[in-house]
Amino acid sequence: MHELSIVSSIVESVTESLAAYPGATVKEVRLRVGALASVVVDSLEFCWGIATEGTALSRTRLVVIVVPVVMHCAQCDADVELPGLQSFRCPRCGELVADLRQGRELEIESFEIDEVEEKP
Amino acid sequence: MTTRPQTRIVELRQGILKKNDELAAVLRNRYKAAGVLVLNLVSSPGTGKTAFLERTLRDLKQGGARVAALVGDLETDNDARRLAASGAPVRQINTHGICHLDADMIHRHLEGWDLAELEYLFIENVGNLVCPSSYDLGERVRVALLSVTEGEDKPLKYPTLFNSADAAVITKMDIAEPCGFDRDLALRNINEIRPGIRIFETSAKTGAGMEEWLAYLAEERAKCRAQE
Repeated sequence: MHELSIVSSIVESVTESLAAYPGATVKEVRLRVGALASVVVDSLEFCWGIATEGTALSRTRLVVIVVPVVMHCAQCDADVELPGLQSFRCPRCGELVADLRQGRELEIESFEIDEVEEKP
Repeated sequence: MTTRPQTRIVELRQGILKKNDELAAVLRNRYKAAGVLVLNLVSSPGTGKTAFLERTLRDLKQGGARVAALVGDLETDNDARRLAASGAPVRQINTHGICHLDADMIHRHLEGWDLAELEYLFIENVGNLVCPSSYDLGERVRVALLSVTEGEDKPLKYPTLFNSADAAVITKMDIAEPCGFDRDLALRNINEIRPGIRIFETSAKTGAGMEEWLAYLAEERAKCRAQE
C-alpha cells in the first residue's frame, strides 16, 4: 500500500544523484529488496510507471533484486537461508532462529546511465 | 567533434527510506537523552489498541508514572479524546490517507513537549499490519498486538510485521473462550515467526495480564535509564 511513496523516494534520490552527470540518461535502476521488507515487488513495478511519468526516469527500467532472509543458527554455528517466511527455523537442524542477518534491505543498489562524452 | 554515449554504473547503496531512517535516529537519540521509554503499537484495525492503551495509561497514571501518547489515524480525533480521559497528555496525528506513521510526523507532533518530563511515551500506529513495519519511529520497543477474534494464524499471514516486533500482546482474552480461541496455537505461531519474543495475554476490560505487562514496561524503562 505504501509502494507509491517508496517509489517516489527512489525517483527523488536518483534524480538528486543524477545532477552530478549532466546530460546523462538513466537506463536502469537496481534495487535490493529484502523478503522481510514488507514491500511487494509487483506493486513497486506497477507504481514505477506512475511515479516516473514526466520525469527524467520515464524511460528507465526498474530491476528488483530480492534478497532472501538469512538467519544465524547458533546450533549449527552458521548463517542459513530461510526457504520461506512461515517458519523461522534453521533448515538444517530445525531449531528456532531469532538472529536476523539479512532480509530487511530496502535500498537502491545502483543505476546505469548513458553519459554523453565529447571527444575532439 | 563527435559524441558517443558511455555507459556507466553509478553505485548508490542508499537506503530508500534514508530520510526516515536518519530522522528516526535523531529521535532515538532524543528519547535516550531524555530517558523516556518509547513504544510503537502496531496491529490491524479493531484489535483493541486504543482500549489496551487506555488501560495501560490509566494503570500507569495510578502508579504515579509520567506518561504521554501520540495516536495515529487517517481521520478523526476520537482516539485522542478517549485516551486523554486518562489525564495523560495525548496528541492525535491524522495522516489523511497515509497508511502508517513516519518519523517526520512524530517529530512534528512532539513539538513543545519536554521529553525529559516523561517516563513513558506510547505511539499508537495506524491500524495496518503491513506498512508500519517499514517505518522506524525511533522507538525502543515495537509491540505487535493480536486479538482473540482475529485468528491464530495472523502472525503467519503477516510475518514481516511480527518478525520485526520486540513484544507481542494478545488482547480481548476475556472473550477467548466464546470465540473458540486456540491459545496454544496462537502462541506457537507467534513463536514460529519471532522466536523467543515476550508475549502478554491481556484483557483491557478485566485487567488480566496487565500486571505482567506493567512489570515489563518498568523493566524496559529501567534499561533506558541505565543509558541516561
